[in-house]
Amino acid sequence: MARFIERHPAWALIVIIAVAVLLWLVFAIWPPGLEAAIGRKRVFLNAVLNGITLGGLYFLVASGFTLIFGLMRNVNLAHGSLYLFGGYIGYAVSTWTGSWILSFIVAFIAVALVGVILQLAVFRRMEGQDLRQTMVTIGLSIVFADLMLWVFGGDFYQVQTPAWLIGPVQLPLLTAIKSSGEPVYLQYPLVRLVIFLASVVIGIAMWLALNRTRIGMIVRAGVDDRDILAATGVRIQFVFVLVFALGAGLAGIAGVVGGTFQSLSPGEDTRFLLASLVVVIVGGMGSIPGAALGAVIIGLAEQLGSVYIPTYAIVVTFLIMVLVLAVRPQGLLARR
Amino acid sequence: MSLLQSTQFRPDPSANATRRAWIGAWPEFQNPAAWLVALILVIMPLIANGFFLIEIFATTLILGIIALSLMFLAGYGGMVSLMQLTIAGFAGYMVAVFGMSGNANISLGWPWWLATPMALALATLFGTLGGALAVRTEGIYTIMITLAIGAAFYYFTNQNWTIFNGHTGINTVATPHFWGVDWRSDIAFYYVTLGVAAICYFAVQYVSRAPFGLALQGVRDNSRRMAALGFNPNAHRIAAYAFAAFIAALGGVLQVWNYRQISPGSVSVGACIDVLIIAVVGGITRPIGPFIGALIFVLLRTFALDVLIKFGLDGNRFRLLIGLGFLAIVFWSSDGVIGLWERWRRNASATQSPGGGRHG
Repeated sequence: MARFIERHPAWALIVIIAVAVLLWLVFAIWPPGLEAAIGRKRVFLNAVLNGITLGGLYFLVASGFTLIFGLMRNVNLAHGSLYLFGGYIGYAVSTWTGSWILSFIVAFIAVALVGVILQLAVFRRMEGQDLRQTMVTIGLSIVFADLMLWVFGGDFYQVQTPAWLIGPVQLPLLTAIKSSGEPVYLQYPLVRLVIFLASVVIGIAMWLALNRTRIGMIVRAGVDDRDILAATGVRIQFVFVLVFALGAGLAGIAGVVGGTFQSLSPGEDTRFLLASLVVVIVGGMGSIPGAALGAVIIGLAEQLGSVYIPTYAIVVTFLIMVLVLAVRPQGLLARR
Repeated sequence: MSLLQSTQFRPDPSANATRRAWIGAWPEFQNPAAWLVALILVIMPLIANGFFLIEIFATTLILGIIALSLMFLAGYGGMVSLMQLTIAGFAGYMVAVFGMSGNANISLGWPWWLATPMALALATLFGTLGGALAVRTEGIYTIMITLAIGAAFYYFTNQNWTIFNGHTGINTVATPHFWGVDWRSDIAFYYVTLGVAAICYFAVQYVSRAPFGLALQGVRDNSRRMAALGFNPNAHRIAAYAFAAFIAALGGVLQVWNYRQISPGSVSVGACIDVLIIAVVGGITRPIGPFIGALIFVLLRTFALDVLIKFGLDGNRFRLLIGLGFLAIVFWSSDGVIGLWERWRRNASATQSPGGGRHG
């Protein structure tokens, strides 16, 4: 952090001002002039929270994507399909057993197994041929999309939110002061907050696993130079399978999350593939903190954009990507 | 990177230099099969009825043109761009927006001879800008960025009602009428498409042998060495994007004339990927590949339903068939159908006359 400020004082200043403005917008009671200019504070706060929680979901999808890319140089364009598959599995399990938690576990295991099969049967056979692997993932995404359309049809599904998570919760964020002087607090759906917290926990756990454990050390070494790592006697294929399973499983979990607070239908796979592409391009390929930063930025941009400039919302996301590519082609938090 | 292995032309040592150079530039003039194909294409309206002429052959040629632009980038530039269909779709939208259409509140009502060059110019600009963005990164990143551009454009057309008319798109787009000919009538349109396809084909063939194309192939094989030789790799890449964008835009204009309407469905991510499939299935080392791939794709798309039902299967599984076919091609051949054909021919000639019978 200190080094960043030292090296890029201008950028650091811009970032600090932006964060300060955002914090002021979130915590202060808006003066009437501002409310007249850009609308009610409640709308803004809702958009910000929606953006951050959506960022949590994007992080879950994109972290698996970036992990797989970082280690295996495999741009897994079937990642969106894994997301949707996880969502459908979660839906099936939760309607069958009625357990929301169980649907996460089953979706993780099922999609991780698909990942293991993919790695062993397909990607291992064309190691080092980046482009060919990418083409294969495109072919797989078409096949998966059609198989899922076959089995589940074109309907919309929504995973049932468990009873203990339904309903709003009052947040200690003032939206306005009534004329009687009574403060009005923001109401927000509990399930989205829980899911966001869960994704933060998963993110921190992943960071700890990567930075504080032996297997994490091996994975990081593999990201840097997998040939040397293999030469030191590490069973690199085993690590590959493990990482692919983890990345795919995270996509599966994300599918259940997405199915809970949005919906599942054909086409969602492409949407989340695009989201993870943009998130990792913005955040930096192969970097977990980068995925987190990118996910929050894209989530916020998408939600604020759709509230304040509805017909051009996607352009905001896209412009962020263009800006990052123009200023820092390797992504915000990538090392190279 | 085995998909992008170059197929350099190896000249016949017995021929003299000028003749060799001429054949080097236009190898198909030597090939009787090429003359036969050209003849069949020209007299096609005598053989085929309107359905085959437009739904199969004109559609094949249009998709072939769009895939040709991808083939040019991927084969000679080493850049797999998934936004070629997006550029084509952008050109189509621009024809609809500047020209005449059923949506009078959006279309500006320009005559076709003004709207079409405008659309081509804007689409080329769009493709060049996208390319300038994509060349900031390399290899597989290009796929991701161009896919992101394509997907963003698709969602944008869906959301935007002022220019792109949201998800209904723009309908009943006017097509050119001049010299007393309705150029969208079956036979006239077929010849327009054939002419444009031929021009694009020979243009790509020519550019690939021109100094620019050779430098581009040098950049593909070793951009660092080319930079050391004094070439500007990124300038070559962006120029390649511009050239490819123009070809894709031509295809897009023809496509909007063909269907007379354009909607976000025409620029969806699936459609972008279809163009990649067409190019890869056909083979991305030679300009003829995309046209072969497009023919296979169009035939499958048109007849898979009937064939699948005939075999007692679900006719809606056409995309599954396409996906599996694509996977099989990527698995077993590094150069699509052309590669399979050449391998088969080599094996056949090797078994007939070992050590001989190979030609360049």
